[in-house]
Amino acid sequence: MLFTSYAFLGFAAGLLLLYYLLPRRCQQPLLLGASCLFYLAAGPKYILYILFTALTVWFTGVRMGRNTQKAAAYLKEHKEELGKEEKKAYREGQKRVRRRWLAGCLVLNIGVLAVVKYTNFFLANLNGLLTAAGRTGQLSFFALALPMGISFYTFQAVGYLVDVYRGTVEAEEGPFRFLLFVSFFPQLIQGPISRFGDLSQTLYAPHAFDGRQVSFGLQRMLWGYFKKLVVADRLLAAVMTIVGDVGAYQGAYAVVGMLFYTVQLYADFTGGIDVTIGLAQALGITVKENFERPYFSKSLKEYWRRWHISMCSWFRDYLFYPLSTSKAMQRFTKFTRKNLGDKVGRRLPVYVSSFVVWFSTGLWHGASWNFIVWGLLNYAVLMASEELEPLYAKFHARFSVEGRLWYRLLQVGRTFALVCVLNIFDCYATLGETVQAIGSVFTVHNWGVLWDGSLLKLGLAGLDYGILTGGCFLMLGVSLIQRSGSVRERIGRRPYWVRFILWYGLFLAVLLMGAYGVGYDASQFIYNRF
Amino acid sequence: MEELLEILRDMHPDVDFETEEHLIDNGILDSLDIVSLISEISENFDVTITAKDILPENFNSAQALYELVRRLEDEG
Repeated sequence: MLFTSYAFLGFAAGLLLLYYLLPRRCQQPLLLGASCLFYLAAGPKYILYILFTALTVWFTGVRMGRNTQKAAAYLKEHKEELGKEEKKAYREGQKRVRRRWLAGCLVLNIGVLAVVKYTNFFLANLNGLLTAAGRTGQLSFFALALPMGISFYTFQAVGYLVDVYRGTVEAEEGPFRFLLFVSFFPQLIQGPISRFGDLSQTLYAPHAFDGRQVSFGLQRMLWGYFKKLVVADRLLAAVMTIVGDVGAYQGAYAVVGMLFYTVQLYADFTGGIDVTIGLAQALGITVKENFERPYFSKSLKEYWRRWHISMCSWFRDYLFYPLSTSKAMQRFTKFTRKNLGDKVGRRLPVYVSSFVVWFSTGLWHGASWNFIVWGLLNYAVLMASEELEPLYAKFHARFSVEGRLWYRLLQVGRTFALVCVLNIFDCYATLGETVQAIGSVFTVHNWGVLWDGSLLKLGLAGLDYGILTGGCFLMLGVSLIQRSGSVRERIGRRPYWVRFILWYGLFLAVLLMGAYGVGYDASQFIYNRF
Repeated sequence: MEELLEILRDMHPDVDFETEEHLIDNGILDSLDIVSLISEISENFDVTITAKDILPENFNSAQALYELVRRLEDEG
């Protein structure tokens, strides 16, 4: 059930109505029922995957939680009898028990994700190697369909499990409450990847009808639909035309493709998250923000702090930190410091961990070399920036440009251009085509197509370009205003007629300018496929 | 404390670590800094900081970090 379908709108409206009409004790079962229904709509067999994850993670969480409680009670009871070393040994012993539970559950759940998502990718690479080695036989592929949202809900469940292991959250004892956390439908298919400590604060609480929250939530959904239907889906046709035929669309077309895709991705993904957060807000549930005006970033490092925040912080907290602070990495640090000196020795382990993180980030996005190379290119740029930091510092000390508006704009423009180039790795069918398209920017000089009317043959008419320009300016304006606080609150303080014109205008814009018509099927959100 | 301040100043000479209380919240220390910092602390103090200790409240100020190190030293 796509967020952009009439079925979803009817589903959400019906849920909201029941949610506030039924007694508050029914809200939790209702949300769980709605989430299961939403998941069943994608295909009944897929629900087994999410049930498996929820059940195994819930059970393991409970076991680890009880172990923690038991250990704490034992230490409290024997506080006087045990010495410092004995207490430490006991704590370590119990921690090993919890670690075994954690490891077993991680293997099971990451294993399921790996099998359904990467088996055929692995086989395709193996076939490639066999062919290169001169073997004629090829391994057959498996008919494995990717269960909806598996990358998101697996990561969310794994994050919870590690938090319980670390003792930063208490284990959830209720299996149905935990299933609701894993399957909460507004964020099921494209995130954000919520933390149990954050989401559980409002997910399980009963909610009285709050007109302001409901109206703010619906307004946010409307804004999300505007971005998705008016901007992202309108650009889709042109992007698909350009990336669909790399031989015909080179040079300037490739640049246009990069720019269009970067705008489309922003409008699509942030629009989808607006719908998610807005719907949750209308239900009285707080889902953490996933973006912080990413295209205003002055460096790629800053961009990754502001784009898809929940995924980046997941990789940081559950992969980068554990890997960087692991015993093996500490030994490696000692070794590199001893043999390569303090400066290099300190940085090398960080770079190794970052490599693993960016390789995994690429792989998480999709079972394709495009994504892996995309991840590693991000890694290369980030590490190069890190190494060039002293040079930047010298430059900024020599020329007092830092903080000046024109220089900030230059930095923002440079970062945006870089993101445009990196993003295009998502688009083309193969890595070879991507490289060909980027290479053509330097070898094919067809810049005339930018003004000779050729762009009107990409599936977009003049009116479409007008609507897109208006949409982009509106997104830019909203982002600029957001820097000093909530736009909806600001609008909410205006007189009734101003609010009416603004929100009704936006509604009409979605209705009249949304990229649909007879026979049109709103496209899937880009992040659904991850 | 002075030893810890020296490590921090070595990483970011431009920051006043004695007064700054939002090292994480204000993005002064990023994840790479934190890992380098942990490596330095392991070298200079007899403690092991693990991933579960990497919380903003432990890294937002030099004082908070010092308290974390003291706590880990006590736990042995």
